[in-house]
Amino acid sequence: MELRKSYFADVRKDDLHEIGQPRPRSDSPGHVTGKTAYFADRNFPGMLHLKMVRSPHHHARIRSIDTSEAEKHPGVVKVLTAKDVPHNVYTILTLIQIGPEDETVLADGKVRWKGEAVVAVLAETERAAQEAAAKVKVDYEVLPAVFDMEEALKPGSPLVNEYHGHNYYSYDSGACRKVRFGDVEAGFAEADHVLEQSYQSSPIEHAPTETTGCVVAPEGNDRFTCYTNTQAMFFTLDNTSIILQMPGSKLHFVGGTVGGGFGGKVDVIVEPIAVLGAKLTGRPVSFIYSREEEMQISSPRAAEKVVIKDGVMKDGRIIARKVTGYTDAGAYSRHSPYGAQKGAGHYPGPYTIPNVWIDTYCVYTNRTPSSAMRGFGVTIGDFALEVQMDKLARLIGMDPLEFRFINAYRDGDMKAHRQPTEGAALIECMQEASRTANWPVAEKYMAMSSYVKGA
Amino acid sequence: MAKIPVQFTLNGSEKAEFVDGGTTLLNALRDKIGDTSPKGGCHQGTCGACSVIIDGEIRLSCLTLAETCNGADIKTLSGLAEGGVLHPLQRAFLDTFATQCGFCTPGMIMAAKVLLDHTPNPSRDDVVEALSGNICRCTGYEPIIEAVLLAARANSQNAA
Ligand code: FES
Ligand code: FES
Repeated sequence: MELRKSYFADVRKDDLHEIGQPRPRSDSPGHVTGKTAYFADRNFPGMLHLKMVRSPHHHARIRSIDTSEAEKHPGVVKVLTAKDVPHNVYTILTLIQIGPEDETVLADGKVRWKGEAVVAVLAETERAAQEAAAKVKVDYEVLPAVFDMEEALKPGSPLVNEYHGHNYYSYDSGACRKVRFGDVEAGFAEADHVLEQSYQSSPIEHAPTETTGCVVAPEGNDRFTCYTNTQAMFFTLDNTSIILQMPGSKLHFVGGTVGGGFGGKVDVIVEPIAVLGAKLTGRPVSFIYSREEEMQISSPRAAEKVVIKDGVMKDGRIIARKVTGYTDAGAYSRHSPYGAQKGAGHYPGPYTIPNVWIDTYCVYTNRTPSSAMRGFGVTIGDFALEVQMDKLARLIGMDPLEFRFINAYRDGDMKAHRQPTEGAALIECMQEASRTANWPVAEKYMAMSSYVKGA
Repeated sequence: MAKIPVQFTLNGSEKAEFVDGGTTLLNALRDKIGDTSPKGGCHQGTCGACSVIIDGEIRLSCLTLAETCNGADIKTLSGLAEGGVLHPLQRAFLDTFATQCGFCTPGMIMAAKVLLDHTPNPSRDDVVEALSGNICRCTGYEPIIEAVLLAARANSQNAA
């Protein structure tokens, strides 16, 4: 790797010892010898296997649950329903004061998505757990469901999640997260061209090679060790402590190497119920998603819709941008209110635009709850924004890279959320990109700088 | 359920176990024998993480019944390094950064080993073909292909 020392020479310390130097990963010797311990590599004598009975409906009222046949199945040790969970309604981000609690550990009275956990069966073998799970009888009254965000926001649409009371998340700013800067309508009135486009994405499954799961071992003193592949150790520990109403000091969580995650393993789904199973049986418990569950049940990246309206001048300046973003949370919040909020902060793009108006909605539907995945909240937004930038450049007959130089934010520029730009370096990155990609731009752009004001 | 006796060689040492009928070789290795180097990613023959070498051929241990392995010679990643010295493939995976989370690595290295045993100087296409049953979700396939080609070159230099 080549280090360009000419950039920011006067503001950069020259004592870098690591950048540009190859360094072995600390865990790779374990990987190539098969010694790395993943959670499922822990095996305990007498370990029980947990299998979940899941909702076959997108939206239904639970009239009754009959576990009697399952309990009689050979090898079954315990069957858990909502009433066994001390604090059954939770939300992951409650730890950072984001509420309300809106998700059940085991469904209580209602299911809101197809695949929702209803009953947990603990048995001596995986097979016995599976067979017994098939014997649990749940009587459902199927309710109308909604799968489309715009439908969900219409009055009279089926209410997905009673804990919110409407099909969107309430921010302190109301039904959406807002950014207001300048006067966007005045900007459009003044613009030479106005372009409005909408963009949308499907949910995306992470498909980690190692499926989600955990192995819990009781330590015999009312303390439990949970080996887990969570990507969010302390969220998981603290939420487990809240859900099970037991002090964190009774919970010993061991993480470590995660066999692929991409954000999909930050939700707190398997650990609380597995620890509860271990607590109520006194035996080690393993709860591991099958591949089918991983693909169907684990949180995907949210489906999103982004509507972008830009006002642009013939000389290339964007003078107004209005964006409405919709994030499909599915039936429960998990990390989606945060994802939609990130979008609101992100939609001005790395560009200096004097008039900006942004609304982002976190919408509830009867789909699989979506959650964190690799830059969630901004990745689809970036796709939409950059496609929009190309379209704008084409509209005014300008080279798309030169168009970006004109609008790039530079140090000292005020961003739409009123944070002055610092350490942008976008101009310099684009200059390198133009050289590397052999995409020439006019000399005046190559002479620009992010750092020297007005250059 | 009646237990079935099975005997095989694992990484050069004799193993004798009683397994339930229908136990996969993957579960027998991991849960009974304690060799957790083969990984279970799908348990349905699609990811390759459980790949082991049986009598010189690459096999999916999640689709192989333990009871069919009587007398077999089985090799897994945990037995590849000899006397603490890494196999050239293991070295190459380290050197080319071909392992990120490491979950696919045991299957990848075993598949690559069978290739190099049969074809010491593989083409890039040979490598791609040999690894086509193994899914990696983190590293990306380029560094892995590079690792296998690097190991092949290291081997031929040693032989020369
Ligand atoms: S676990 Fe055997 S192929 Fe995936
Ligand atoms: S390194 Fe993670 S699956 Fe390949």
